[in-house]
Amino acid sequence: MNPEQILFYLFGAVSLIGAIAVISFRHPIYSALSLIVTFFAQAGLFVLLGAHFVAAVQVIVYAGAIMVLFLFVIMLLNLGTLSAKGAISGKLKGFAVILGILLAIEGVYIAANAISDPPDASAEAATESVNTTTYTIGELLFNEYLLPFEVTSLILLAALIGVIVLVKRESQAEN
Amino acid sequence: MENFPLFLIISSIVKILIIAHLLIIGVMVMIWAERRVSGWMQDRLGPNRVGPQGLLQPIADGLKFMFKEDLIPNHVDKPLYVLAPAMLLVPALVGVAVVPFGNSITLFGNEIPLQIADINIGILYILAITSLGVYGVVLGAWASNNKYSLLGGLRSSAQMISYELTLGLAIIGVLMLTNTVGDNSALSLRVIAESQGSHLWHWNFLIHFPAFLAFTTAMYAETNRLPFDLAEAEQELVAGYHTEYSSMKFAMFFMAEYMNMIVGSAVVVTLFLGGWHFFGLENVGGPVWSGIISFGIFFVKTAIFLFVFIWVRWTLPRFRYDQLMNFGWKFLLPVALTSIVVTGTLWITTGSRLVVGIGNVVAAFIVVSIVAGLLVMNKAPEPAIRDNDRQITPSALDAIE
Repeated sequence: MNPEQILFYLFGAVSLIGAIAVISFRHPIYSALSLIVTFFAQAGLFVLLGAHFVAAVQVIVYAGAIMVLFLFVIMLLNLGTLSAKGAISGKLKGFAVILGILLAIEGVYIAANAISDPPDASAEAATESVNTTTYTIGELLFNEYLLPFEVTSLILLAALIGVIVLVKRESQAEN
Repeated sequence: MENFPLFLIISSIVKILIIAHLLIIGVMVMIWAERRVSGWMQDRLGPNRVGPQGLLQPIADGLKFMFKEDLIPNHVDKPLYVLAPAMLLVPALVGVAVVPFGNSITLFGNEIPLQIADINIGILYILAITSLGVYGVVLGAWASNNKYSLLGGLRSSAQMISYELTLGLAIIGVLMLTNTVGDNSALSLRVIAESQGSHLWHWNFLIHFPAFLAFTTAMYAETNRLPFDLAEAEQELVAGYHTEYSSMKFAMFFMAEYMNMIVGSAVVVTLFLGGWHFFGLENVGGPVWSGIISFGIFFVKTAIFLFVFIWVRWTLPRFRYDQLMNFGWKFLLPVALTSIVVTGTLWITTGSRLVVGIGNVVAAFIVVSIVAGLLVMNKAPEPAIRDNDRQITPSALDAIE
């Protein structure tokens, strides 16, 4: 096993353990923290793939910004430990079962595919030749994918303005 | 591991050891300097009993912290309470890994760059690491299970998230001028420092003066230092997020603050103040001496910037919370955004650093004037509760006298 493989299994294990911890902890703060651990491990996996930019963005956006807001909300609402009963309603339970089965089928399918048709060295070489640096991403984003990029930013802007309008209306009603 | 030459590994370990220890010694010197300089600024002595000029005072303090009882209050969330100081200290320590602290030294025919890791996303790494610093504060605050701590933590997280935006936007102008077409390492801190060359007019703080001010201010906010230390405002929150902490755990919070200052100063020096360059002085001497001199130049620049840190702390009073948010969102953020637009436009059209520099200052001035004008025009009437406090008329004052 070369060092890259060791690191891969390390990050993979950490991200799996983190993901399981998210749904096993009873306390929302601990769940949120486990999610951060998972994000970190995934950033590590991105680095192993040579996608440094994506790894950095993963940490900045998910671990650094979104999860801080999550923690913020959990702390402000002061959610206590969730009890086992009554946490999930009947309808949600059915939905969760269906989603779980679908995910399980997907997982089994991917695993079976990987076993029957293992990725060979040529595919590995192909991924390595793809330049995944910041420069390439920027070039793709502002040339080939310019329209989707701009549309995404417009959607985000609309969401932003929507939030401001909603909050403003409430505060004006109070006055 | 075969393709890793032994020399690289050894030199890396030596560099890591030297820099990590310099950082910790730097923290001690900074604590001493802060107390002495504050004493000097307030016309008093400051600590001067332990060792010459009180230089050993931080060691005495450290020993005191170690011998204190490591108290864990009963009402805290124990795992997170123990984890929080480390979660603040670790990001502060690892941030320094990508900072180039000098040119390079040639030893035994091998060139050693004076930097622990030159990764091609250096500046993003710094931003990622700084954005993690908030967890230590927030978790420490929450785990303490104390109202004052929680308020401090919430204030701090809101402040850090707000100012992170400015931090990220202010450097984009710098990156635009650093990038040479086709080169994909413009995000490396070493490339940014090298691009500033030895000409003073290539130093980024002249070209991007408003962005430099915005970045520096945002960095002060990120380190939770006065005038942005609302998270631990003594008069309101006892000690803010570290109210419940004592002995070495408190010392870790304290050390993290100073480490953040040192790393932040080093980053500003790299991004805006020319890194290790100083009028060609860094090229004096042979392959070994020039490297050491370049490190010295970097060290002195960082030290000067750290002095400014202390200077600001003992000069400016603390912001009120609404002032803090207004300042961050309505002044710093527009200034940083303008700097992006102006730098991009002028650099493409004229390609002259002088024009970009002047344009940036003018545009920032215009934006600040507009925002200030709008704020004055839209100023809401003062809330009615305040009126009672202001009823002291001059005649009433006379009566009191």
